[in-house]
Amino acid sequence: MSRNIENDTDEASDTVASSGATVTDSLSTPTMSDSNSESKRSGTSLSRRDLLKIGGMAATAGAVPAAGMLLAKSSDAAPAKTPGLVGPSAVPVTLLINGKKETLSLEPRVTLLDALRNRLDLTGAKKVCDRGQCGACTVNVNGKNVMSCMTLAINVQNVPIQTIEGLAQGDHLHPVQEAFIAHDALMCGFCTPGFIMSLKALLDKNTHPTLDDVKEACQGNICRCGTYPRVFEAALAAAQEMRNQPAKKA
Amino acid sequence: MKNFEYASARDTRQAVSFLGTDWNAARIMGGGTDLLDEMKERLVEPDRIVHLPMAALDYIKSTPRAIVIGATTTIATLETHPVIKQHLPGLAQAATSLATPQIRNMGTIGGNLCQRPRCWYYRNAEYPCLKKGGSTCYAKDGANKYNAILGGGPSYIVHPSDIAPMALALNASVRIAGPKGERLVPLDSFFTLPNKNITRENILEPNEIVTEIIVPTLPVGSRSVYLKVKERDTQDFALASAGVAVTLKNGVVQVARIALGGVAPIPWRAPEAEAIIKGHKLTPQLAQTAAEAALKNAKPLNDNAYKVPLAITTLRRALLAAMA
Repeated sequence: MSRNIENDTDEASDTVASSGATVTDSLSTPTMSDSNSESKRSGTSLSRRDLLKIGGMAATAGAVPAAGMLLAKSSDAAPAKTPGLVGPSAVPVTLLINGKKETLSLEPRVTLLDALRNRLDLTGAKKVCDRGQCGACTVNVNGKNVMSCMTLAINVQNVPIQTIEGLAQGDHLHPVQEAFIAHDALMCGFCTPGFIMSLKALLDKNTHPTLDDVKEACQGNICRCGTYPRVFEAALAAAQEMRNQPAKKA
Repeated sequence: MKNFEYASARDTRQAVSFLGTDWNAARIMGGGTDLLDEMKERLVEPDRIVHLPMAALDYIKSTPRAIVIGATTTIATLETHPVIKQHLPGLAQAATSLATPQIRNMGTIGGNLCQRPRCWYYRNAEYPCLKKGGSTCYAKDGANKYNAILGGGPSYIVHPSDIAPMALALNASVRIAGPKGERLVPLDSFFTLPNKNITRENILEPNEIVTEIIVPTLPVGSRSVYLKVKERDTQDFALASAGVAVTLKNGVVQVARIALGGVAPIPWRAPEAEAIIKGHKLTPQLAQTAAEAALKNAKPLNDNAYKVPLAITTLRRALLAAMA
């Protein structure tokens, strides 16, 4: 996989809706608390992300009709020709995200990652390689971590999906999140949500991980900044913390 | 990627009914980790995707005569399933050796056997290579560090699967469902060389689906080993790999099946090596002789002569690991 370095061939129809959001991400500080508080913000004031989104939309105005197509309402869905066959226009898709039922109108080609980021404003999972190689889009589907960029949203209906936004309990961050802050385990932060999802999955099944276990759990996550030593340190500290206070285990 | 019609099939019969006779018309999707990649790169642009849900064929059955693995069983399940770990350790090793935890949670054994080549010319839409119906194999005289040293021509891809060489060494067969019913095909005749079929790597028709992998029960005293050498420690395909299944009696090799990965357009059986070790106790010297015999017909390209000694060493070590 590491050999296939030529990608980024995304065409406008796929990425137009996300292009504004991607700009937003690279300018904002994607800390864990940030993504949580943002999702709670109401319409009373514009967040920095909202403001940048408006700017992003204006900058890509020429491509907006395509975005409109992607965001089509469910009433636009064409009637199925053969029983069991749907699309290519948008169809209702029901996702169970962080305990909440969400029904969206999506074309069959929309990935889970694009649905989360562009439709549900859950921008914790990041779109980096978009080819299942970097792990920044890692989410948990039905108890198993997957690359949401290589998962069609329509394929994962009505099964529990947990994203990084679903880890904290109220204002209490997950011990892995706390440990990342305490151990300064991030630089640019783009890979962080993916690493945290991978490490949470490890600690859920292994309360006494070794350094090798931690490294193995992170096989599918790439950190461009090279903060691996801090990530490993944070993981081992989180394991210790979870052993000390098992009640905190989410 | 291009938009498509979508069907989620209840079972394989319904899935087959949604497929057609044109590869571009409809494609079957399991975990989707390979197909979506090809679709995003616009290497394939099917009008219809037929999804076979993971639950459809997610089982491992142990019978007196065989271990039967449903095609949508994930690679992660193969890694950890007690039946596989106990009876087919080589297959569990092959599963662990590939991709990443997330991809192993998604990818299926059926999809792994049927995945498309990773040659960078094939994966780049800008190159109309032989595998895509073009007239040139750009790897032949191009950057061919990762390409074939055995069985190449006119295309020089290597088969990317790790499950395939191990399953071939284990003498596995696949059950294939199609419009006319089912057929059972030994892996020995499932994969096809480019000189037989340039645009595909196996005998599957566009409206056929691999539904089961059947591994015959090995006699008492059997062992299986999969050894893989890759450039990165994780998330990489094999530069060279070896799947070995042997049956021993008092330390003497009774039956041996050997297949190499990462060196040929198909998982590559090594009958020369099998013949050399059969009837003998395996010493380091005999393992070396057998491994050299397996590679004696190798024809390296400009950048991949290193694969010959690498594959020899990989096979020698795999053989000795099987005896240990």
